[in-house]
Amino acid sequence: MNKLVKGLAMATALTASFATFAKAEEPKMGGTLITVLGTNVRNLNSAVQSGIVTGFPGAQLFASPLRYDENWEPQPYLAETWEVSKDGLTVTLNLVKNAKFHDGTPLTSEDVAFSVEVIKANHPFKAMFAPVESVSTPDAHTAVLHLSKPHPALMLAMSGQLMSIIPKHIYGDGEISDVKTHPRNNENVVGSGPFKLTEFKNGEHVILERFDDFFIEGRPYLDKVVMRIITDPAARAIAYENGEIHMGAFESLPRVINRLKKVDSLTVTAEGYGAIGPIDWLAMNTTKGPLADVRVRKAIAYAVDKNFIHKALMQGTASDSTSGIHPDSPFYAAQEGYDVDLEKSAALLDEAGFPVKDGKRMTLTIDFGWPGVKPQVEYVKAALKKVDIDVQVRASADFPTWAKKMGTMDFDMSWDTVFNWGDPVIGVHRTYDSTNIAKGVWSNTQGFSNARVDELMAMAAIETDPTKRKALYGEFQQIIADELPVYHTNTVPYHTVYNDKVGNPPLGIWGSSTPIDMTYLKE
Amino acid sequence: MRIVYAFFLLMAVLVLNFSMMHLAPGDVADTISQSMGGADQEILDQIRADYGLDQPFLVQLGRYMGNVLHFDLGYSFFYNTPVTELILQRLPATLLLVFTAQILALFIGVILGVISARKPNGIASHFVTILALFGYSAPVFWTGILLLIGFSLNIQLFPVAGMRDVTIEGGIWVHFVDIARHLVLPVITLGSIFLALYSRLARATMMEVLGSDYVRTAKAKGLSEREVVYKHALKNSLSPVITLAGLQFSAVISGAVLVEAVFSWPGLGTLAFQSIIARDTPTILGILFFSALVVIIGNLLTDIALRFVDPRVGSK
Repeated sequence: MNKLVKGLAMATALTASFATFAKAEEPKMGGTLITVLGTNVRNLNSAVQSGIVTGFPGAQLFASPLRYDENWEPQPYLAETWEVSKDGLTVTLNLVKNAKFHDGTPLTSEDVAFSVEVIKANHPFKAMFAPVESVSTPDAHTAVLHLSKPHPALMLAMSGQLMSIIPKHIYGDGEISDVKTHPRNNENVVGSGPFKLTEFKNGEHVILERFDDFFIEGRPYLDKVVMRIITDPAARAIAYENGEIHMGAFESLPRVINRLKKVDSLTVTAEGYGAIGPIDWLAMNTTKGPLADVRVRKAIAYAVDKNFIHKALMQGTASDSTSGIHPDSPFYAAQEGYDVDLEKSAALLDEAGFPVKDGKRMTLTIDFGWPGVKPQVEYVKAALKKVDIDVQVRASADFPTWAKKMGTMDFDMSWDTVFNWGDPVIGVHRTYDSTNIAKGVWSNTQGFSNARVDELMAMAAIETDPTKRKALYGEFQQIIADELPVYHTNTVPYHTVYNDKVGNPPLGIWGSSTPIDMTYLKE
Repeated sequence: MRIVYAFFLLMAVLVLNFSMMHLAPGDVADTISQSMGGADQEILDQIRADYGLDQPFLVQLGRYMGNVLHFDLGYSFFYNTPVTELILQRLPATLLLVFTAQILALFIGVILGVISARKPNGIASHFVTILALFGYSAPVFWTGILLLIGFSLNIQLFPVAGMRDVTIEGGIWVHFVDIARHLVLPVITLGSIFLALYSRLARATMMEVLGSDYVRTAKAKGLSEREVVYKHALKNSLSPVITLAGLQFSAVISGAVLVEAVFSWPGLGTLAFQSIIARDTPTILGILFFSALVVIIGNLLTDIALRFVDPRVGSK
C-alpha cells in the first residue's frame, strides 16, 4: 500500500472485474429491477447513516472514491487513480473529470473535502476517518487527505457505502453537525451515483431511476430500480417465489433460505457478505461473577456444541466462525475450536472452584435482543445444564430494552450479532478495546481488557505492510480465542436471493451496499 | 362542553403516554444506533443532545406539550420527518383498509346474521356459527399467510405485498383496479374478525326481535315474512350492531397492526408498532392524537347512523 498505486485505466479495470462474474453474456440495457428492503429506511443519506438498509439505496444515490473487486482489491470509481505517500501520511485522490451530481453540478474536490468533514462529524463509525486531519484541494479534481498517522483502514473506508460523496452546495447550507437531520436526506436527495431518487415513501418503497449523466459511459444498464419495503420474511419468500421480486439481500432465516434454494428459478447465495462481516457469538461479561474466570468461560465453550448450532439451528446455512473477524476477510485466521468435551468442561469448573452443590455449580443469566436468536439461547441453557450450570433465560421486551442491559453491562451472558464493516479497525476493535468498555450496545460490552490485545490493535491500525498487518491480527485472534470474552459460533447466514432474469447481481465484498450499475435484466 | 372534555382527555392521554414512553428502558439513540450497526458513544451523546433527551423529564414533557398546544406534533426522531407529514402519508392506507373491511364485514355479517336467525337450527345457521368461531379465533397472521400461500403462490391471483404496483402505468381506472387487487387479501384477513363479531351479534339480536310482540302482531295482520323481517325486524335489530361497529373504530390502529405487517400494507399500524420499538416518542404520540381524532369522527358517524335506523336516538 505504501508504494505508488498505479491506478488502472478505468475501462480496463471495470471490464476485468466484470468479466470475472458475468461470463460471456452481453448485458442488456433497460428494464425495471424490483428489489426489496427488509426494514423501513430511516435515512437515505449514507454519509450520515450507516447500516445495511441504507447501504443499498445509499450506494445507488451516492458514489464513493473507490470500489472493491471480489478479491478485496481496490478499484477506481470516483477516484481515477490514487496514491499513498511513502510515510503513509498523505493520500491523494485524482478524481474523474466528468462526474456530475444529479442536479447537473460538477463534482469537485471541494465536495470530497466537505464529505469527509460531514462523515467525521456525523457518521457512527468514528474510527474510519479519525486520523484524517484535513483535506486539501490543490485543484478541482485532486483531493489530498492529510493523516496524523498511517491509516491502512482508510482504503476500505473509502469504498461501498462508507464514504458517500455528498454535494456541498446542497448539504453545506447549515452546520456540519446538522447534516444528519438535513431535510434533503429523505427527499430530493442529490448524489452522483448511477441512480437518482424518484420517490421515497416511508414504509412503502424507494424508487430510483437511471441517471443519464452518470460518469461511467454506458452505465447503469437498468432504467429503474424499485426497492419495496416488505418487513415480513414469509411474505418476502412468497414474493421471490412468484416472481414479484427479482432480487433481495440479507435473508437470514435458515428455513426460508433452504426452502428458496429448492425453487428452480431462484439462486440463493451466501456470497457477498465478507466486508459487512456479520458474526454471531455468545458474549460473556468478564467483569463479574464466575465468568470473570477464564476457566469458566472455557468450560462453557467446551459444553456448547457448535456442531449442533450449525446443523440443527442454522440448518447448514451458516459457516463456522472462530475469531472476531469474518471468515471471508483476508485478515481471518482460523483458530482451534473448542470441540465439545463435557469432561474437560467439568474439570475446568472444578478447578475454578465451582463444584456441584445441591445439583448445580452456579446460576447464570442469558439475554437475547431479538426473537430470531431465541433458539440459540435456549440451546445454551440446555447445553450448560449438562455441566450443572443453571441458566436463566432473560427475555427483553424489545431491542432497546436489551440494548440498555448490554450497554450498561447488566448481564452474565448474551447472544449477540456484530458486523465487521470492512476493515477490522472499523468494526472489530470496538468489541475488544479496553478504552471502549460499556459505551452503548456493540461496544466492548464484555468489559474485556488485555494489554497485549490493545497493543496489537494499536500496531495493526497503523501498519501499512499487509503481510505484517495480517500477522498482527493473527496474534490478536489467537489471544481472543484463548481469552474468550466472546465465544464465536457462526457467521450470520445472510443470503442474497435473485431469480434467473437478473444478470450480474451485486455479490462483491460489500454485497448490496455497492452500486448496481452493472446489474441488468435478461430477456 | 363535550369538546372541552374531549380536549382535556386528549391532553391527559398524551401526558400519560409520554410518561410511559419515558419509563421504557432504552431510548431512540439506542435504536438509531441499531439501524446503523452500532455507533460511537460520542455520536450517541450528540443524538441525545440534538433531541433534548439529555434534559430532565419535566423539561422534555413541557417542551412537547407546549408544541402540541401550538398544533405542532414535532419531528420524528427516528425518521427525521415532521410527524404530521409522516402520519398523513400513512393514514390513507390504514383508513382504506379498515373502512373497506369494516363496511364489507358489517354488510355481509348482518346478512348472514339475518339468514341464520330466521332458521336458528338450519344448516345456514350452523355454517354461520362455524364461520364466526373460525374467523374470531384464527390468528390474523396465520390467516394472512395461508391466504398468501393459497392465492399469491399456488394460484397467482393476488399480489403478495404492498398497496400498489409501481411499475404499472395507465389512467385512474388502472390504478384503481391495481389497488383493489392489493386490497383483497388484507381485507379478507382483517374483515374475517369483524365479520365474526357482526354476524354473531346480528343473529342474536335478530332472534330476539323476531320473538317480540310487535313482530307477532305484524305477522298476525298478514304481512309477508319478507316484509316482516326486512322492514320491521331488521331495522330494530341493527342498533346494537352499529354501536359495536362504532366501538371497533377505536381498533383502527391496534387491529390493523398484524394485517399490515403480514401484507406490508404501508399504514399507520406498522408505523405505530415500529415507533414504539424505536422509542420514537413524538411519532407514537402523534399517532395517538390522530387515532383519537378517528375515534371521535367514528363516534359521530355512528351517532348519525343510529339516528337513521332508530329515530328515537335523535329525539332524546
